[in-house]
Amino acid sequence: MTTAQNAGTAHPNTMARLLPYLLIGIYFGIVFTKSEVISWFRIQEMFRFQAFHMYGIIGSAVVVGMISIQLIKRFHLKAADGSEINIPPKELGKGTRYWAGGTMFGLGWALTGACPGPMFALVGNGVTVMLITILAAVVGTYTYGVLRPKLPH
Amino acid sequence: MIEFISQPWPWYVAGPLIGIVVPLLFLVGGKQFGLSENLRHVCAMLPGKTDFFNYDWRNGSWNLVLMLGIVIGGFIGATWLGNPDPVAISEATRSDLALLGVTNFNGLLPADIYSWEGLGTLRGLILLVGGGFLIGFGTRWAGGCTSGHAISGLADLQLPSLIAVIGFFAGGLIATFLLLPIIL
Repeated sequence: MTTAQNAGTAHPNTMARLLPYLLIGIYFGIVFTKSEVISWFRIQEMFRFQAFHMYGIIGSAVVVGMISIQLIKRFHLKAADGSEINIPPKELGKGTRYWAGGTMFGLGWALTGACPGPMFALVGNGVTVMLITILAAVVGTYTYGVLRPKLPH
Repeated sequence: MIEFISQPWPWYVAGPLIGIVVPLLFLVGGKQFGLSENLRHVCAMLPGKTDFFNYDWRNGSWNLVLMLGIVIGGFIGATWLGNPDPVAISEATRSDLALLGVTNFNGLLPADIYSWEGLGTLRGLILLVGGGFLIGFGTRWAGGCTSGHAISGLADLQLPSLIAVIGFFAGGLIATFLLLPIIL
């Protein structure tokens, strides 16, 4: 293993390179917390169609993302390091993976009241038991990886 | 200003603040927003891995660092910008949940169930461990989670993402209306 060497040569100034992502993460953690999307109660309210809050958040996030992606594509904007921005389309295939995996994810989303980002924000909010849920999610991902050749996609 | 910050933020503030991260990640480093990838990167750190995890997880270090930031941001939000009041969910949700036996509406989630104490019960194990497993398995099978499909996928008008999001809701509705009444 030449970990240190590789990291040193392949990624100069690793800390400086990663800092923007740390800041974006901190920003996210604050927005997730302040908008209550990390609340089990809000997720229940959403799945019971009893308030607009979550739909408004997801909907307006999608609209802002959509407009920005169109602008990036139209004006061929480049990343800060000058590289091309590549937005690969998702392969539909038979589509099985999307509805089957999606439904499975949805079950977990409602049972835990959290999805992958909010789980981590909850840990920061002091709900440390979410570390167990995160660990279970890692085990779930690992199990998928092992069973992958046998699953329909 | 301070008062506004310490109150819960309305959807029309929070939604755009989340959505703007999609282009921000593209512009900062050509990265696509998708948080569940991190679960895969953790698996790729483990020894003796199958093909699916046989790649250099360091390529995902930006995303892992972002996740670390989310933990820190959650701490900042809770500690300095916190809102002491219970989450202001609708009266209808409150009474539906009360019928399921949820009595404590303080904090972000029912603390008697979603806590270390709750984890010691069969109910807690199913919700916290079973739910987590389904999230991890399902998100990778579907190729993304709320961020990758519902936000950045739909924003890029991807049909597969729309199918996945319909799946998210199908699963969520089954869990909410069929499973939770039995489990809670």
